[in-house]
Amino acid sequence: MVEAIIREIYLRKQQKRPVETIYFGGGTPSLLSQEELNQIFAALKDCFDIAPDAEVTLEANPDDLNPEKLAELKQTSVNRLSIGVQSFAEADLLYMNRAHNAGEAIACLQNAQAAGFNQLTADLIYGTPGMTDATWQSNLQRLFDLNIPHISCYALTVEPNTALAHFIKKEKAQPVDEAQAARQFELLVSAMSANGYEHYEISNFCKPGQYSRHNTAYWQSKSYLGIGPAAHAFDGKNRSWNIANNAQYMKSIQSGKIPSETEILSETDQFNEYVMTGLRTTWGCSLARIKSWGADVEQHFLRAIVPYLDNGQMVREGDVFRLSDSGKFLSDGIISDLFMV
Amino acid sequence: MENFRNFCIIAHIDHGKSTLADRLLEHTETISNRDMQAQALDDMDIERERGITIKSHAIQMDYTHTDGKDYTINLIDTPGHVDFSYEVSRSIAACEGALLIVDATQGIQAQTISNLYLAIEHDLEIIPVINKIDMDSAMIEEVKDQIIDLVGGKREEIVLASGKTGQGIDEIMEAIISRVPSPKGNVTEPLQALIFDSTFNAYRGVIAYFRIMNGKLNKGDQVRFMNTGNEYVADEVGILKMENVAKKSIGAGNVGYIITGIKESKEIKVGDTITLAKNPCVEAIQGFEDVKPMVFAGIFPIDNDDYEDLRDSLEKLQLNDASLVYEPETSIALGFGFRCGFLGMLHLEIIQERLWREFGMSIITTVPNVSYRAYLKKGDKELIINNPQDLPDIMLMDRVEEPYIVAQIISKPEYVGSIMSLCIEKRGEIKNQVYLTESRVELTFHLPLAEIVFDFYDRLKSISRGYASFDYEITDYRKSDLVKMDIKLNGDNVDAFSSLIHRDKAQAFGRRICKKLRELLPRQQFQIAIQAAIGAKVIARETISALRKDVTAKCYGGDITRKRKLLEKQKAGKKKMRQIGSVEVPQKAFLDVLKLD
Repeated sequence: MVEAIIREIYLRKQQKRPVETIYFGGGTPSLLSQEELNQIFAALKDCFDIAPDAEVTLEANPDDLNPEKLAELKQTSVNRLSIGVQSFAEADLLYMNRAHNAGEAIACLQNAQAAGFNQLTADLIYGTPGMTDATWQSNLQRLFDLNIPHISCYALTVEPNTALAHFIKKEKAQPVDEAQAARQFELLVSAMSANGYEHYEISNFCKPGQYSRHNTAYWQSKSYLGIGPAAHAFDGKNRSWNIANNAQYMKSIQSGKIPSETEILSETDQFNEYVMTGLRTTWGCSLARIKSWGADVEQHFLRAIVPYLDNGQMVREGDVFRLSDSGKFLSDGIISDLFMV
Repeated sequence: MENFRNFCIIAHIDHGKSTLADRLLEHTETISNRDMQAQALDDMDIERERGITIKSHAIQMDYTHTDGKDYTINLIDTPGHVDFSYEVSRSIAACEGALLIVDATQGIQAQTISNLYLAIEHDLEIIPVINKIDMDSAMIEEVKDQIIDLVGGKREEIVLASGKTGQGIDEIMEAIISRVPSPKGNVTEPLQALIFDSTFNAYRGVIAYFRIMNGKLNKGDQVRFMNTGNEYVADEVGILKMENVAKKSIGAGNVGYIITGIKESKEIKVGDTITLAKNPCVEAIQGFEDVKPMVFAGIFPIDNDDYEDLRDSLEKLQLNDASLVYEPETSIALGFGFRCGFLGMLHLEIIQERLWREFGMSIITTVPNVSYRAYLKKGDKELIINNPQDLPDIMLMDRVEEPYIVAQIISKPEYVGSIMSLCIEKRGEIKNQVYLTESRVELTFHLPLAEIVFDFYDRLKSISRGYASFDYEITDYRKSDLVKMDIKLNGDNVDAFSSLIHRDKAQAFGRRICKKLRELLPRQQFQIAIQAAIGAKVIARETISALRKDVTAKCYGGDITRKRKLLEKQKAGKKKMRQIGSVEVPQKAFLDVLKLD
């Protein structure tokens, strides 16, 4: 697989394209050895113009990050770790079928800091069945105590056709309680604010200025390349994605062909994506940008937001429209209302 | 005239009528193999997809028989569904013979029997054909018994055939030539022609199909339609091949078409008699009826701006289907629309589908109801009630009457118990029970028509595992204890959901509708109360809790396209919703609320 990934990097070689962020994610990239990571970096440097201050993030599970592994990683270009903590409560970890226990979660964060990784982000999940508000608050408090600069918090979502959805249907797992999730979201928002974190995207919080530069690029419609199975790429107008099947991916790359599909975004698609990604962030949607799609689009937008400005789920500040805290947890419905179809 | 043969086909749905007709068209080379597509006579897409015949069709075949003579054979295809039985009876009146097609694996069904009786009443020569004899589960001897029980005759006169393999087609042709009598009529008498169908062509106007009983019809003749009294010039007359073929003249015994420049099919009534203005026949052919729609429902455009388009579409549909009636209606919930009358539930479904398919109309249909009669205390004045909103105040009303039917159900003895329970639950009364053979029972019930409008047929099929066939005829109106039940969403009455229902059924029906709506209405940012009420009295209630969480947790590079598409789909769904007070009701709710399971 590493060979195929390197081959794809060469197939996508674009001289002089500056690269500002690199993200190793999806699956468990912390399984890669130091040598494999360095091979990939070498290929990237060979093919692209990587900025000296590039943000290079690696996703990792707590059970993969022992002190030796952290020391190895420090020898690579990785300068930011995204750690899938999920929870510090054993019951939640069990419900979510995680390999690590609560003790490992704390230890790995401390070890990472000790190894010199200052740019850290941790994931937490809330709204899991049986999670009390007290457990949720204490999970957050652990990260505050460790002074983790960036935190992503996800409301447990039961996606259709997943094992969890199946178990809930068969009454082998408890269903999700929406009222609990909504309450814990409110707790989250106020705890973050009280501890000096900025709520800059629906599920993302950071100490002032410590945004995930990589993810922010997704939300600001910047161009990106995706390498590996199921990876997505975007150039401002076209989005393409590689085939998800590992074997088929490798076979195609071996024959020198990137196995990807491309979608050309129409003007309407671009507007809808702008509304969707923009409203989810603290930067909101600006009228100036919306006007660039034409007077019709602007009129549509200004008409569609009226009920949400009236009920306080959206706010206007000068030229910029954002979701209020009360709108954020109902954002999907609001965003789809503002779409043009 | 002795070389003419006119016949129709009587068969239950799916017994292979259209396929067998295809084989006859091939055999007589009326249609070349190249042009052949399955169900050649069914030219509406919806007919091919559903495998049913909605409109009657006719086609002429030229055939040289083994006796060396040339024959002209007219096949008149008939619809098989109870909703269209008037069209069947007119097609039958235009023929001298009928092929009775029975599926070898299924035996005789109720629908077949009622159409068969129509044919026997008109003295048609019946040629029984057992179809699908190539199937493993064919019960040829048993089906022969059933046929002989019904129509008499000899076992060896029953033709064994397979539309699939083409077996028996020669024998069918032989039987048509030798057993179906040639038409009797006199070409020198004044013109007397029966209209058995009509269609609408955007360029030519209404095309009427007729069978000439006596006399002849020439191009350019001044004709009179006896029941409507209207007169027209026969701009074009002709015979019916795969396409219409214009002729100078059509004589007694033959089947043909006439174009007179009529633009509205309302002017042409199936069953009417065509004669010549100058030399009219003495009397019209008997049996003409104005078909009365029995099921009514409101049809509304999803988008109020489409009201005019809906009117145009209904007008065009009516050109083609004169049994559709409509008049403007206003609903508080749905805005401007039309109250439409249909022959039955299948007819309603077909109109819904054709509006969508042929005109691209997105519509909402209200709860259907039958046609009631209300009598006022003052002067015993009769009011026809086709809309629940029109029911007079209970204080002013002496009584309400509802239509009753006599229903024939044929099934197997083991299902008799469940069928009886179903009919009794539906306020039915058993009138008769006859064993047709050891394994087939015919049950006769009196039932209120309103009870079969909703889910009767589906339930009958499910309790009998498909081994029940059903036919009905409206008999009379009877006094009934009817109430108007309203459905409220957060206190706002949704008039489109209002129904007239027997008092004893109201609570159970109200509960079911509320429960169904609970499944069908999307959750919103506030709680929704669904109530069923008679007057001010609430008889059923359900609650939909407020939406508290509607958020995508992760929206990164790989999620954006998928998420955008999902939300776009949601938005497209919302566009089809109706605002009732503060509650948004999806179109699906209006359509599916009656699909009670």
